[in-house]
Amino acid sequence: MTATLMMAAFFIPIGVVPLMWAARKMPDLRDGLMVVAGLMTFACVVGMVPAVSDGARPEVLFFQVFDGVPLAFRLEPLGLVYALVASGLWVPTSLYAFGYMRGHGETNQTRFFICFALAIFAALGIAMSANLFTLFTFYEVLTFSTYPLVTHAGNKAAKRAGRIYLGILVTTSVTMLLMAILWTYVIAGTLDFTVGGILAGKVDGPLVPILLGLFAFGAGKAALMPFHRWLPNAMVAPTPVSALLHAVAVVKAGVFTILKVVIYIFGLDLLYTTGGSDILKWVAAATILISSIVALRLDNFKARLAYSTISQLAYIVLGAMLVTPDSVVGASMHIAMHAMGKITLFFVAGACLVSVHKSKVSELNGLGRKMPIMFGAFSIAAFSIIGLPPGGGSWGKWFMALGATSQPSDYPFVFVYMLSSLLAIGYLMPIVARAFFLPEKVGPSTAHHEADAHGDGQHAQADHPETSIEDPSLVPVLPIGETIRETHLLMLGPIVFTAAGCIALFLLAPQLEAFLRPIVGGSQ
Amino acid sequence: MSAIAGLWVYAVVIVLMMTGLYTVISRDNLVKKIMGLNIFQVSVIMFYVALGKVDGGTAPIFQAAHGEHVDTEVVFSNPLPHVLMLTAIVVGIATTALGLALVVRIQEAYGTVEEAELVRIDQEGGL
Amino acid sequence: MNAHLPALQVVLPLLAAPVCVLLRNRRVVGVWATLIAWASLAIAITMLVHTMEHGTISYALGGWESPLGIELRVDVANAFLATIVTGIASIVLPYGPGSATLAIPQDRQYLFYTAFLLCMTGLLGMSVTGDAFNVFVFVEITSLSSYTLIALGKGRRALTAAFSYLVMGTIGGTFILLAIGLCYQMTGTLNMADMALRLQPVMGTRTVLVAFGFFVVGASIKLALFPLHQWMPNAYTHAPSVVSAFLSATATKVSYFVLVRVVFTIFGAAYVFGTVHFEWLLMPLSIAAMFVGSIAAMYQTHIKRLLAYSSMAQIGYMTLGLSMNSVEGLTGGLVHLFNHGLMKGGLFLVVANITFRLNSSKIQDMAGLARKMPWTTLAFAVGGLSLIGVPGTAGFISKWYLVQAALMKGQIWLALLILMSSLLAVGYVWKVIEVMLLKPPTKRVENTTPAPLRMIWPVWVMIGSTVVFGLWTTWTGTVAEVAAETLMGLR
Repeated sequence: MTATLMMAAFFIPIGVVPLMWAARKMPDLRDGLMVVAGLMTFACVVGMVPAVSDGARPEVLFFQVFDGVPLAFRLEPLGLVYALVASGLWVPTSLYAFGYMRGHGETNQTRFFICFALAIFAALGIAMSANLFTLFTFYEVLTFSTYPLVTHAGNKAAKRAGRIYLGILVTTSVTMLLMAILWTYVIAGTLDFTVGGILAGKVDGPLVPILLGLFAFGAGKAALMPFHRWLPNAMVAPTPVSALLHAVAVVKAGVFTILKVVIYIFGLDLLYTTGGSDILKWVAAATILISSIVALRLDNFKARLAYSTISQLAYIVLGAMLVTPDSVVGASMHIAMHAMGKITLFFVAGACLVSVHKSKVSELNGLGRKMPIMFGAFSIAAFSIIGLPPGGGSWGKWFMALGATSQPSDYPFVFVYMLSSLLAIGYLMPIVARAFFLPEKVGPSTAHHEADAHGDGQHAQADHPETSIEDPSLVPVLPIGETIRETHLLMLGPIVFTAAGCIALFLLAPQLEAFLRPIVGGSQ
Repeated sequence: MSAIAGLWVYAVVIVLMMTGLYTVISRDNLVKKIMGLNIFQVSVIMFYVALGKVDGGTAPIFQAAHGEHVDTEVVFSNPLPHVLMLTAIVVGIATTALGLALVVRIQEAYGTVEEAELVRIDQEGGL
Repeated sequence: MNAHLPALQVVLPLLAAPVCVLLRNRRVVGVWATLIAWASLAIAITMLVHTMEHGTISYALGGWESPLGIELRVDVANAFLATIVTGIASIVLPYGPGSATLAIPQDRQYLFYTAFLLCMTGLLGMSVTGDAFNVFVFVEITSLSSYTLIALGKGRRALTAAFSYLVMGTIGGTFILLAIGLCYQMTGTLNMADMALRLQPVMGTRTVLVAFGFFVVGASIKLALFPLHQWMPNAYTHAPSVVSAFLSATATKVSYFVLVRVVFTIFGAAYVFGTVHFEWLLMPLSIAAMFVGSIAAMYQTHIKRLLAYSSMAQIGYMTLGLSMNSVEGLTGGLVHLFNHGLMKGGLFLVVANITFRLNSSKIQDMAGLARKMPWTTLAFAVGGLSLIGVPGTAGFISKWYLVQAALMKGQIWLALLILMSSLLAVGYVWKVIEVMLLKPPTKRVENTTPAPLRMIWPVWVMIGSTVVFGLWTTWTGTVAEVAAETLMGLR
């Protein structure tokens, strides 16, 4: 039964693709299909939660590809959390995308939404994979299916961003991740995710940090420095893509891979006893601090969020590298927490662009009074990212920091977590403060002229400002009363929903933690 | 001395072969290239013919009539390499014919069969 | 019936070729040739299944037993190769000669089919024969018919390309002939298995070494191993696209197989790798081919030339697999032989579709093609991903075996080089995809329409197979592994 649900969740996103292609001439039907598919997928994933929390591990084996390496799926709590995040945020992101894409007058919408569905398909494949080969397969599917999304605008900036995006992701995954996978295969003779790890007792000495480093840097989607540059560059994509890429599917695929490798390939015991992850702890810590400091200085709204993402991803990597049960569980929780918070922030950034044509932090003065709901939601999500109640992010950070107290040599990382929270306040709170407390600036928007800076270029609009709104019924403004002019309901709805999600996750955190505990069950 | 005497045929083969190869490489005229190719092939045919030669052997024709006594003392040359060369000669003729046909077509299309000219024309005309 | 299959495999297309000349009618001949290809495919698959289950089939031609008579010897490796050749032919032939790129008028197109079937005969003969001299004969049948096929290309440069291939090919063929002669001189036999036995006592002689050298150079010219590849880019660029598809997918592959047979069946791994250290020559050349081919491909402005240089790089992977002298390496080489045949054949057919509509093979002219020919563009993208070796495509399977082989030998640097060279493939594939996807359509593209269905389905059979065989490896990886073990004498 659970296995059937699992396959349903896996095949619905790809099954809807031909239907959407068939309905390409009828945008409403096409978009409707996608929402229905999203809801069905999410329902299937949710339906698996009770069984998995009771200890079921549904398995589906397709066929052997290499000796002892099948294409197979197996669901465990960590994968289910990632699947929940990916499928659960698909529907809000789709709704938001309809408002955004139509309001923004984007072309090639069918291609856009098909690639979108493919990306979710790949993310679910990653989440449910039973071995590294299956994971890697869908990891690359995700890379290539998101390329048309990143380059959607089709202009020079998009092309350049696409090159950097593919260049870094493919280079890291092929030269390091694949290398590490094959190396593991040659050493261990298997690639199955096994509780307690498959490398225990088979590797020692300097090979442990080398292999782990290949995995960690090879999962370029985790944007560990110095392989982070694709992330801010991919900001040329339409905002729903940025949301999908940077909050849900892509970046989470990277950290998810690292977590899976640490837990099920190496095993926490091996890394804890050999200290194989010591160097990477410092790499992650450096990434956290450097990217936070960079975020402080950026004026471009989306770029600032991008660097914030890099720093938050490094939290998760650091949590994984601390290899204590608490920190690993915290890191796993943070996948969901950060996704919910960051997607809200991106939604708001996109809505600002579409509704009031603002793309810079310095232009947001006074907007909060015009759009109180939207910026209220923004504040909640910002709390979550910083790690303050009532945002869910506070729990993830709590457990990760707790994990860092297990041995004295890890104490500095507690400090890193705290310092980074301070920095997060520094780069997120000014936005809230400007929006609510500073007087609105008058004068022409600069969004159009700054298209190339930091890859924020919304060229579809910059090139044809007069055609930016194709459908008069979708003017991206929702007037409420005299002074309040919120963004369009299709965008505002998802923003409110995900902000509520941040609070819900805060309240549900104990259940989530109990649900995730078994993944570190046997360790220490 | 006998070693040299026994190996002179190889020297001939090598000289022929290199002559052919050199002609193919150095001549500009496509027809001459085909000629070089022919010499090149002939050298290998010569090699095979030499292979079949057995000292003191006669033509490998079985003279005893049906039912008669067979003279086992007679030494024959090895007929197999010679037979193989029938095939190789056919291949050589086919290659030459096809090559010359191509040369005729090239002459029609370009108005020249000099390689340097052809290269020049192609470069001017783009790809 | 089964006992006669090896002979039938060669004789069927050989006899069918002159029938084309008698039939004359373009359509009838097309159907006839297609049917012959399909029948040959059926024979090849039957033989493959038979050899997988019961082992080698040996067939004494004309009832003359080996080593005196000519032996057709079909083991898993040969049957595997015959399946590839006939399979590719079965897909390419229904596609037709693609009249847009053919120089001859429609009423003489039967000649195209005649040459095609002869070429297939030669390739199949090279695959199944166990006789060394037979190899030479079939090499020449293949070569002569492929010179003809290439010369059929539209535009006069097809003629010069065919001519230079003829010169190179003849030299290669004659080298092989000379090598066979030298081996015959030492052993007095032409049967490969027998030759291998009789070579053992005389392995140390210089004659054997020279024979091996001539074999290697001759076969390397035919398989376009760097730096003996000069004939290939021109030939593939100017030949009709269908011919490029067929030749790139089969001719170089069968030549590769001849080299493998020379190394393992005739001379034996112990001599080739133990005494001569052939890998010291082959491995650097393979790596150079991988890099030089890919880098050259990046700088091409014509899509067919780009694919031709990419072929050169991909051949490097195959010879690299051979040079590793391990079951995994050879498996990788043989799997890649199959997979690359599929993807490069498919890609050339995609290009045939594009040039059929656009009447140009310049990459710049394909700007914005994704909007007008979405399926063709997608097919190109999938084929390209397979060239890169993205998981889920056939190219990944080959790469996996090769890297695994390198790691099992402890050669981490080699594994890294293989992976890095596949990154170069991203460069040249993406160069095309960017143009198709992101550039605004040119006028030429605006006025085009998708290719007819008759031309689309063969493309998708090939491209679809690259995805199928990228995941389902029972008939590729497993068979190739058995074939590799057979070739190395481990079974």
